Amino acid sequence: MSASALLSRLAAVCGEEYVLTHPHALATYASDGLAQYHQTPLAVARPGSVDEVHGVVRACFEAGVPWVARGAGTGLSGGALPVAEGVLIALSRLRRILSVDLDDGAIVVEPGVTNLAISRAVSPTHFFPPDPSSQIVCSIGGNVAENSGGAHCFKYGFTTNYVTGLEVVLSDGTVVELSDDAPGYDLLGAFVGSEGTLGVATRISLRVVPVPESVRTLVAFFEDTSAAGDAVTAIVSAGIVPGAIEMMDRLSIRAAEAATHAGYRLDAGAALIVELDGPEEECTARFDHVMEMCSQAGARDVRVAQSEAERALIWKTRRAAFAAMGRIAPAYYVQDGVIPRTRLSEVLARIDELSAEYGLQVANVFHAGDGNLHPLVCYDSARAGEPERAEELAGLIVKACVEAGGSITGEHGVGVDKKRYMPAMFSEPDLEAFQRLRCAFDPHGLANPGKVMPTPRLCGEVPGPYREHPLERAGVAERF
Amino acid sequence: MGPDTILAARPATFDAAASMLARASADGQTVRLRGGGTKLDWGATGPESRIEVCTARLARVVEHNTGDLTAVLEAGVRLADAQERFAAAGQMLALDPPLTGAGSSEPDATIGGIVASGDSGPLAHRYGAPRDLVLGMTVALSDGTIAQSGGKVIKNVAGYDLAKLFAGSFGTLGLILSVNVRLHPLPVATATAFGADGDPGALATAARALAAAPLELDALDIAWRSGRGGVLARCCGAEAVKRAHRAAGVIQAAGLDEVDVTDEDDALWERQRGRQRSRDNALVRVSARPSALGELLRASERCGATVVGRAARGVSYVEVDPDAVAGFLAELPAGASRVLHDAPAEVRAAIDPWGVQDGPALELMRRIKARFDPAGACNPGLFVGGI
Repeated sequence: MSASALLSRLAAVCGEEYVLTHPHALATYASDGLAQYHQTPLAVARPGSVDEVHGVVRACFEAGVPWVARGAGTGLSGGALPVAEGVLIALSRLRRILSVDLDDGAIVVEPGVTNLAISRAVSPTHFFPPDPSSQIVCSIGGNVAENSGGAHCFKYGFTTNYVTGLEVVLSDGTVVELSDDAPGYDLLGAFVGSEGTLGVATRISLRVVPVPESVRTLVAFFEDTSAAGDAVTAIVSAGIVPGAIEMMDRLSIRAAEAATHAGYRLDAGAALIVELDGPEEECTARFDHVMEMCSQAGARDVRVAQSEAERALIWKTRRAAFAAMGRIAPAYYVQDGVIPRTRLSEVLARIDELSAEYGLQVANVFHAGDGNLHPLVCYDSARAGEPERAEELAGLIVKACVEAGGSITGEHGVGVDKKRYMPAMFSEPDLEAFQRLRCAFDPHGLANPGKVMPTPRLCGEVPGPYREHPLERAGVAERF
Repeated sequence: MGPDTILAARPATFDAAASMLARASADGQTVRLRGGGTKLDWGATGPESRIEVCTARLARVVEHNTGDLTAVLEAGVRLADAQERFAAAGQMLALDPPLTGAGSSEPDATIGGIVASGDSGPLAHRYGAPRDLVLGMTVALSDGTIAQSGGKVIKNVAGYDLAKLFAGSFGTLGLILSVNVRLHPLPVATATAFGADGDPGALATAARALAAAPLELDALDIAWRSGRGGVLARCCGAEAVKRAHRAAGVIQAAGLDEVDVTDEDDALWERQRGRQRSRDNALVRVSARPSALGELLRASERCGATVVGRAARGVSYVEVDPDAVAGFLAELPAGASRVLHDAPAEVRAAIDPWGVQDGPALELMRRIKARFDPAGACNPGLFVGGI
């Protein structure tokens, strides 16, 4: 099939107005949330129904053209970066909530529904725990692809712990129903977090949970991140699992406070937000203990939110941290690495060293409970070579995370941005095993090619499974 | 060991295990992979393998990172032994399936076997199945490859989640060598609220109310036997007893009898776990919508079956007389799936333990098997669709 034949086929499937080919229209989709990568696709298809998604994928298969599925495009690893000669399938029109059944704690949605819309659809009694900071706009289809986390995953887990069923279109157009508790391989578990390389989810069934009865939030200010880290260790060692536990360092406090004026202490070296949620009596009993532990770890000041408004203000500052960096530096690079929590001080010291060595400021914001760091490497693109040096520094931070026994990514995904770091974490046999999964789902390599794996790989033919020969069965012959 | 087994190997290193698999598959032999041997009857009866590889000597707790609440366990570590070690640090692996085989009293179940079979217990209400607690895994494939996936930190999205694929795969993709797991704090106190009733609908209503209440239960089970059943709600934490009394209030409001609270509740839960196995009858694991619970209990009652299960997860373990299995399976709620666990040989011969129909999902599973174990060497014929 020629490119123009494919485009006519796509137009027949989706309708002329939903197949974009004009360069200006395509430019909108050239990047996702990681704007340093951009690539214009052959076309953008905007299917309006599940059937249309099937039709688009089928057409691409028949034309032998690769495709990339895209949700809201908020991803930070270039996972939704288009392929030059491929089709970008934008799922933003698929935003229906198909059913809500609170007796079963279940909701079924289309992939373009936003993360926040899911919690809204089951409120006020229930909520959907994974809450990436882009939750107002990011789509559940993207959350499934990336196995998104958020501030509450130390206690509540990740997207993968809440997906109970998926309808998936494979790259040959086959539609497969995957369920979390069906007999057989956990195909659902393999699919969630596969970054769009195994197929595209067209219907998503999720588990939602009751809203906690009580929420208590505090922010404690410390001399430095090491003291705040001690408080985290004390809290976790005491058997407390906070709903959220977030840390900001001096630089990120300064930037965020300038944006929100929430009253964060500018003389503090670290701010620690601790939020307990759950049954009233449990929260109350534990909260006093948490305050004590913060003080014992050297907190200069512990502020408890006395109202929902005060709680919102504490969180507003944390959420503003990324965007507010613009007040400190013209540009910044958001890193996403994970370390075993107990190695925090040592890894932060290494980041400080690197920052001094490169002459670039690094602000740190992290999900402290699970050791997920988001160092923000500040730079000025106007200065020659500085963006490259920032990227290099960010890469060294990731390597420091891996050396400490952690991971190259906790929630942003590998995409195109991190595939070069995969060999730091996985050996060639490990990568080869990943490829086996990939080839079982997508033997032609049409779904989101060029992502996740560090080097392009093809799928070989599979030798047929071993079958016992009738002569063997009869004991007449043996294999040697 | 099967009657035709000619070689039973107990490798002590990952390399030895992997090379045994490689040699066997290169010779066109198939291999039976096993751990503690508490679930050897599960699954379909495949062709007898002449080589058995057992994880008994891969039994080291490689790491227990108390501050990070993680551990790395070799596959042959008995869960009972690992839990003892974690408990000494005030921690637990939140996984509590029965640890003995049907009719045995030795807690021989290994972490590798539990993960490979996807088995779980009452804590699944809050913490999910093994797949939800495994952070990473090292496996040996039948061509001798040793591959790792995931990591040792609780948050990680790098690479494909092969640990989930291997969890519940019954050793048909390769041998699990070690697993990295997330741990949780051991509760400082526990208390359980319970109530009883002879009406399945009333039990289902009470279970639903408990599931919707913001009580953060660690376990929410039902039990049913001979025309009467109960609902059990376990609270764990500093204020466990207070919360259990609130749970009792919810049960009372749902109209159940004999409502009470106990803080000496270990035996109650041990009994629930124990009833996930059957020595003489058939044990069917059913997965259905939680709201189909009443219907499932009524069907079980008609067949003279007993039931325990995770009310809010929709998972039930039904013990039924061998003669009544087929009748019971015909009465399952719409959309339910089931797997035959324990069963006498004649039931096993008459009924496909998995009940998975041909279709795109099974086709995809066959492709996965063909990619990971192209020689078809690992536990052949044991799994769904003859995989």
